[in-house]
Amino acid sequence: MTAVSRTVRIGSSHGLHARPAKLFAQAAKDSGIPVTIAKDSGKPVNAASILGIIALALDHGDYVTLSADGEGAEGVLDTLTELITTDHDQESAG
Amino acid sequence: MTELRGVGIGRGVAQGPVIRMAEPLPAPENIPSTVGADAERTRAREAVAAVAADLQKRAEAAGGAAQEVLEAQAMIAEDPTLQDEVDSRIDDGATAEWAVHDAFAGFRATLEAVGGYLGERAADLDDIAQRVLAELRGVSAPGVPDPGHPFILVARDLAPADTALLNLDQVLALVTTDGGPTSHTAILARAKGIVAIVGAVEAAGLEDGTTVIVDAAASTVTSDPSVEQLERAALRAAARDAAESAPPTPGSLADGTDIALLANLGKPADAEDAVARGAEGVGLFRTEFLFLSSAQAPTVAEQRKSYSELLAAFPGKKVVVRMLDAGADKPLAFLNDAHEENPALGMRGLRSLRASEDILREQLTALAEADAETSADLWVMAPMVATVEETKYFTALAREYGIKTAGVMVEIPASALLADRVLAHTDFASIGTNDLTQYTMAADRMLGSVASFQDPWHPAVLRLVGEVGAAGARTGKPVGICGEAAADPLLAVVLVGLGATSLSMAPAALSDVRLALSERTLDEAKRLAEVALAADDATSARNAVAEAATDLPSHQKETTS
Repeated sequence: MTAVSRTVRIGSSHGLHARPAKLFAQAAKDSGIPVTIAKDSGKPVNAASILGIIALALDHGDYVTLSADGEGAEGVLDTLTELITTDHDQESAG
Repeated sequence: MTELRGVGIGRGVAQGPVIRMAEPLPAPENIPSTVGADAERTRAREAVAAVAADLQKRAEAAGGAAQEVLEAQAMIAEDPTLQDEVDSRIDDGATAEWAVHDAFAGFRATLEAVGGYLGERAADLDDIAQRVLAELRGVSAPGVPDPGHPFILVARDLAPADTALLNLDQVLALVTTDGGPTSHTAILARAKGIVAIVGAVEAAGLEDGTTVIVDAAASTVTSDPSVEQLERAALRAAARDAAESAPPTPGSLADGTDIALLANLGKPADAEDAVARGAEGVGLFRTEFLFLSSAQAPTVAEQRKSYSELLAAFPGKKVVVRMLDAGADKPLAFLNDAHEENPALGMRGLRSLRASEDILREQLTALAEADAETSADLWVMAPMVATVEETKYFTALAREYGIKTAGVMVEIPASALLADRVLAHTDFASIGTNDLTQYTMAADRMLGSVASFQDPWHPAVLRLVGEVGAAGARTGKPVGICGEAAADPLLAVVLVGLGATSLSMAPAALSDVRLALSERTLDEAKRLAEVALAADDATSARNAVAEAATDLPSHQKETTS
């Protein structure tokens, strides 16, 4: 099993802050394998860390690189990519 | 009596005795551990796990929006990055208390450095740190007091865990010394309908047991009020309760001047709720919903069906339909797919419709057909009109299709300044305060870092509204408001004073605005508008008007008692 990476764009219109960050960190934690997230070419942080993600201050349109290592890494990245590219604030946008 | 100020959330008023929230635990001292790293690590782990479990339990009990927030807090408590930070401090010989305190402080500094939305989340971290510290020391966590009688809670800033647990039967109002209108306290107070004033710095001096009046409408906390003041506040609270439950009446001022209260709607299905809340028609019907999900424009028949459904819900009443407003925050592939450096200043609104005139013509065709099928009073308007030439163009085109009432939206300072020339060539103007503020302040609405500029109370924005209002009065043409600003009850009165003849807002805001208007005469509204125009900035305009309003005579209607 080798590590896999993917670069995606933040879809949430208010960036990856409190609520979307929670959904994302929860999903990363539930995956059971180590996943990291890095902003542009920055230092990767633990994707299961909601504080680590919040501290990245990701805004709509930012690019992040997700990396996962272990059983089902591709599937895990599929799920996380879906979460990160969805606009979680869309329902409430006026 | 003494009076202190903050930012009121909503329009409520309440009175009762003050109870202060327990002050936070003192910060631990950085002394070397006497029990060793392994023992400290276990203590920290157990405390964190207990706090996370407690927050999770509260989350499930709270439900709704509060649940999400509390679950996020539980996750923060157990955050692996934080755990690493705590562990590394313990490995260096620190106690669990100091390690937790210092690690949280580090993250807090990071969030505050980012500022804006994230900066206001910093209080959440403090709250979790306090809970873990209390657990480590074996004392009860600071939280919402429960004195066994109704009270007014005064706190520094409430954390989500506190607001979620408020017993509404006991808490009459909330006053915080820190935090702004976008803090959790404010958001949750709005969601739960709690009377609240945030950012009242001087409230730190209020003592337990003092009787106060918390007036969110005036943004004031009055301590040691007179008997008359208490009676007046009680009357107002009762009037507000009565207004909430009474069958809605048409909007009018205390002197009988009619100010139509209309609804902003995004799809025909929302019409029912608006009618139930007493909307006298629709002041802004956004047509984007028809287009946003499609790769190409919907057919005339599809559009006619939707418009007919909308118009049928308002027989005999005014329904203002805005032509497709694409671009900037709402890009549509088939209208505009060119990349722009500044989309808010680019091909949007009428500009992009004009470039694809077939879409504009089809929309007008569908609207004219729907109008013929129903008895509503259809008005149509073009978004983002900058010039007199655009005004003439759109009005003439609408007439070509037999549209009886055509107007333009005033969202650009240029058309506000030339409102008399614009109104000479069309039937009405409707002011979109959100965009007008964005363009007046040169601050992108979508950009959090400049969000503080996006305040329609700014006197520069209000002066432009006043230009349009004056031009409307001179030409005898209606001037409506259809932005967020109309939903702020105090600002609504100012807008009427500036010459607005109708106000359109989210249906949920209708009741508070209706009550606010009924309390003021047109002369008083004009006087309050003068006060706002004379201010230096948005905050002082809001405060000056709130203060001036409290000095005006009460026009409480006898029928409300």
